[in-house]
Amino acid sequence: MSQADIAMHGAGQHGPGVMAEPAFSVPSKKMAMWLFIIADSATFAACLVAYGFLRNATPNWPTPFAFSPSIINAMVMTFILITSSLFMLLGVRAAKAFDKTAAFRWTMLTALMGLAFAGLHLREWMGMIDEGVRMFSNPWGSSLFGASFFAVTGLHLSHVVGGVVALIVVGIRYKGGRYNADDLEVLGLYWHFVDLVWMFVVPSIYLLNVKK
Amino acid sequence: MMVDITKAPDVKPGEPAVQYRDSLGKYIVVYIVILMIAASQFAVAYSSADVTAMFGRMLFLALAEAGLALLFFMHLWAEKRTFFVSIAVFTLFVLGAMQYGWTDAFRTLVGHAPYSTTETQPTNQQ
Repeated sequence: MSQADIAMHGAGQHGPGVMAEPAFSVPSKKMAMWLFIIADSATFAACLVAYGFLRNATPNWPTPFAFSPSIINAMVMTFILITSSLFMLLGVRAAKAFDKTAAFRWTMLTALMGLAFAGLHLREWMGMIDEGVRMFSNPWGSSLFGASFFAVTGLHLSHVVGGVVALIVVGIRYKGGRYNADDLEVLGLYWHFVDLVWMFVVPSIYLLNVKK
Repeated sequence: MMVDITKAPDVKPGEPAVQYRDSLGKYIVVYIVILMIAASQFAVAYSSADVTAMFGRMLFLALAEAGLALLFFMHLWAEKRTFFVSIAVFTLFVLGAMQYGWTDAFRTLVGHAPYSTTETQPTNQQ
């Protein structure tokens, strides 16, 4: 009996092995994703707190978001992202029930929703750039508005785009048999996290700066 | 009989947590509730409250949304309780510890943060 076997299964009369079932009964790749989510939530929290600090400390902070088109756009983007989370959930449930076709379909639909979100977001960026918003200047007020807006929303957008790429790659490889339902579940955790962050970005960046 | 609070209801020894055997209807209800909370955030934005009250209400609603997404969409509720508690305590500690700068934000609101003037022209014009 090797040392590894003894560590895993015990040496018979000496009782259970050193390496019993994983802590919390969570597979290592899922644990790794949770640890990444905790770290990334700290990153986003730092960005949002820094944004909040600047906004609170600056008397001439612009409030440029009119109901149409900015807030309507934000509403549509929020609906798209929350619905994509539901689609991801349905995909993971189908994968766990060994329905590969349905799981692949829901995963690709999630990726499509993510692409729609990214497209709307980029369209909004182009609109703001046309209005004269730059990283360190804008026609309305504090020069820090542009930098903070593009930094926070850009960081989130990069997570969305990365998630879309991952959804397509993992979805195709799952259908091909290289990945299994657990891999789809781990990716689902990431996608739900991206949606969760948006729930904090929308009120901070958009809703507290509506044009009244 | 004592209930082992460290285990989620459907976690059997040696099996992974999160069995996905519960009904889909529950998740549809959670989805609709999250949408309603998001809609109420937009309604709060157009209320007549001042910025501080508005921020407090929106933060409360965002935390409710995030909590529902974490517990049900990310299945944290179905994991072992010790895992759930470990994640919650650690994450909340880190997020709470980041909030130390708010008193300074209020101080600079009076004294102005750097680059926060409305002037767009260079100040050394003759």
